[in-house]
Amino acid sequence: MSAELRVAARVVELVRELAGSSAEAEVMVRHDAEALTRFANSSIHQNVASATTGVRLRLHAEGRTTGGSTTVVDADGLRALVERTLAAARVSPVDAAWPGLAPPAGLHPSSPEVGSFDEMTARADPALRAARVRDFVDAAGGLETAGYCRTVYVSAAFANTAGQAVEGRSAEAAMDGIARLDGADGVARLAASRLSAIDGAQLGARAAAKARAAGTPAELPPGHYEVVLEPDAVKDLLENLATFGFNGKSWAQRQSFAELGKQQFDPSVTIVDEPLGSRGEPAAGLPFDDEGTPRRSLVLVRDGVTRAVTHDRTSAAQAGAESTGHASPYSRSWGPQAGNLRLEAAGLPSSSTGGTGSVAESARPMVARVARGLLITDLWYTRVLDPKSLVVTGLTRNGVWLIEDGEIVSAVGNLRFTQSYPQALGPGRVLGIGAESVLLPESWGRARYAAPALHLAGWNITGNASG
Amino acid sequence: MTHFDEAGAAVQAALDAGARYADARVMVRRTEAMSARDGDVEDISFDESAGIGVRALVGSGWGFYAVPDLSEPAARAAGRRAAQIAAASASVAGRPADLVPAGAGVASWASDCLIDPLGVSLATKGDLLVRATAAAKEAGADLAEANYSIWDTRKWFVSSDGHRIDQHIRECGAGVTASAFGDGEIQRRSWPSFRGQFGTRGWETVEELDLVGNAPRMAEEARALLTAPLCPSGETTLVLGGEQLALQIHESVGHAIELDRILGWEAAFAGTSWLDLDALGSLRYGSDLMNITIDPTFPGALGSFGFDDEGTPAAKRYAVRDGIWVGVLAGRDSAAVAGLDYAGSVRSDGWSRLPMVRMTNVGLEPGPHTLDEIIAATDDGVFMDVNRSWSIDDRRLNFQFGCEIGYEIKNGKLGRMLRNPTYTGIGPKFWQSMDMLSSETVAWGTPNCGKGQPGQIGHTGHPAAPARFTNVRVGVHG
Repeated sequence: MSAELRVAARVVELVRELAGSSAEAEVMVRHDAEALTRFANSSIHQNVASATTGVRLRLHAEGRTTGGSTTVVDADGLRALVERTLAAARVSPVDAAWPGLAPPAGLHPSSPEVGSFDEMTARADPALRAARVRDFVDAAGGLETAGYCRTVYVSAAFANTAGQAVEGRSAEAAMDGIARLDGADGVARLAASRLSAIDGAQLGARAAAKARAAGTPAELPPGHYEVVLEPDAVKDLLENLATFGFNGKSWAQRQSFAELGKQQFDPSVTIVDEPLGSRGEPAAGLPFDDEGTPRRSLVLVRDGVTRAVTHDRTSAAQAGAESTGHASPYSRSWGPQAGNLRLEAAGLPSSSTGGTGSVAESARPMVARVARGLLITDLWYTRVLDPKSLVVTGLTRNGVWLIEDGEIVSAVGNLRFTQSYPQALGPGRVLGIGAESVLLPESWGRARYAAPALHLAGWNITGNASG
Repeated sequence: MTHFDEAGAAVQAALDAGARYADARVMVRRTEAMSARDGDVEDISFDESAGIGVRALVGSGWGFYAVPDLSEPAARAAGRRAAQIAAASASVAGRPADLVPAGAGVASWASDCLIDPLGVSLATKGDLLVRATAAAKEAGADLAEANYSIWDTRKWFVSSDGHRIDQHIRECGAGVTASAFGDGEIQRRSWPSFRGQFGTRGWETVEELDLVGNAPRMAEEARALLTAPLCPSGETTLVLGGEQLALQIHESVGHAIELDRILGWEAAFAGTSWLDLDALGSLRYGSDLMNITIDPTFPGALGSFGFDDEGTPAAKRYAVRDGIWVGVLAGRDSAAVAGLDYAGSVRSDGWSRLPMVRMTNVGLEPGPHTLDEIIAATDDGVFMDVNRSWSIDDRRLNFQFGCEIGYEIKNGKLGRMLRNPTYTGIGPKFWQSMDMLSSETVAWGTPNCGKGQPGQIGHTGHPAAPARFTNVRVGVHG
């Protein structure tokens, strides 16, 4: 039994002792060891690590529910957490939406064995991360560089008063960096479950190639453009679909476009949430959620038909469905969201010879099929104008090029767009999906997305550098 | 009870391990949050977080390590670890690091608080949110939501430069939102701001908002928006309410004047800035009406404190004066790199995060007009208020904002309500077009400013009043 499971079991005991046998409680204990080496102007300028153990308790007693957490995990701290949460529950309003506790259930058979994480990644020291930064900087060939290399180890356990008790561990690594030349930036990113899979030199060379190709940008007028989105840009589509479209709470409250069983996407689109990993890549997250529900793979869109949305126990109860294992500390307020989306790659063959050119490998055959359009590397600062139609505004970043007759003819300055994401992916609008999905880290949190390049019939450009 | 001893032990351990400078912050934070929906409480949480974060400078390399253990042995171990990490930084070293002076060493500060927000009963707070959402629901909202958040933070800061500073900062705020669902779209109205109003004050902040009294109007306006005409597209005179102008300041001025962005330290993620230090003191940012201050002493605003997280005392400073760019948000190391002699804008969102350059209270000084006078002086234009969406490029130049509500202005009077109002522009061109500014200043609070990797959430304040801008492109639709 892990230290985290012992703490979780102790908190359950305290709840029974202090609140009686009729109280319902769930306890999540997480130990997070996160280390991130950040570089800018081609040198390490921020280098941080933290080791945090936190306990989160949700208590339902006499029809009333409260949640609490602490980082003080000695005997007094745990008792204080239970006493504080119980006292708050007694004076809280009645919770009519309490969905009950997750019943005892084993982890999904495809869950990784506890202890199957990569030990080297979990214990990586600052020198290992610094070495990858050095490789990235050197491979950029003198271009100014910036970015980070990160390693994370998580050991966690869940227990509740209904008898559910599960534990798991994971490790992950990520690198994300840019190279800069005369105001033009190129980017390269990769997420992995092993730090050894992160090749700083390869990423640095790719970022530099993009930056070199992005110089002397032309300014294009607003309008509708055929586009090829590289995997980094596609990641943004997946993030917004997960947050607003496939969010079970938003769906239950009629704020989502999703309609189960309806052909809402092009038949070439299949989107799956893979919290347990796939394609030989171990999971970066835990095999259970914050309510103790075992995680599993979930098909959200199959052949263009919306099949499911993500639920925690609360949104599932509202919708008359079952939890899909997407509870988080914030899901009751913000809704349950998928954090491991994969847009299935297609069989569009690559004509490239590999290497680290300025165009992502899976995007190259698409570029060759565009009569006139844009190649877009990355999307930035995307914000939703209307959640129902998922109209999003944002900007391009880290490289845009004009394509004519299948050839890249010039770099283009960054552009503003205002575009409905479901509409862009709608029936007949997807002209091609790349053959290779790239595993990419979320810039802000720890979600990760497997994204191929996408060839879309239209993208609504609403502004350029002049406004 | 203080935690100076643990912080001091961590600093000494870092120095013993080779650091030439070190500082440590013990932070103990209690937070409370509640949300309600359609007349029922939806979620309540109480969180407590305590730990120590140690920063060490070895050569020109920084290291930071944090643990949730306040024992002296753990603090010493954290100090040693921070120094080890700093030594690794030196393997990919940059220019030599220096620190500008941080001022006085030993001090204590507490924010003003008339009503302790954690002392108000849960029943009272829950009843407020329940009544506000019920009132919005009864007035026609399809979905009514309300929330409050409270942060109670105690800090003990020790540095190898001789600082021993403790602070007690209490912040809170609340808001209510009504949504109306139409055919394929949702309209939303929020009071008083799209995420609520927050301040470094007590529960009096929330009581002054009158959530219950304003909730029905939010519902009525959300429903009316469903059938209102779409905001027309084109170039026009734009009048912004103070709440929207606060976010305009935050995004197109506050982030642009962050010195770490200007120096390229955030280039890969948050981005850089269009500002070049060579132009500091001469660049025209906006019209003569534009006076932007960096002021952590602003009473009750969400970015107020006594000392920043490097021990620099709070002080008011101009960022833009009479339209000319004159100041930046700086830290001790970034100021030294830039050749400036002031810091004071470094904060972290908890003991486990590295202090970095953040906004404090970045706001617009009041102008000579009133909103009524501005409307009356406008023959043809659009009024917009309360933010709905925001997006700006990585150099903080090209922005597009959407607001919850708009009105046409015709012949000096507000006319029809407008649906989905949006506007877009380029920062300095926009600010140079500001030709009228109200004196009706409110210090709006932004409790969710994201920056840094690992990510940090900052609390910032933005004193702002309604203002008028000319030749602005509005009505950008998908």
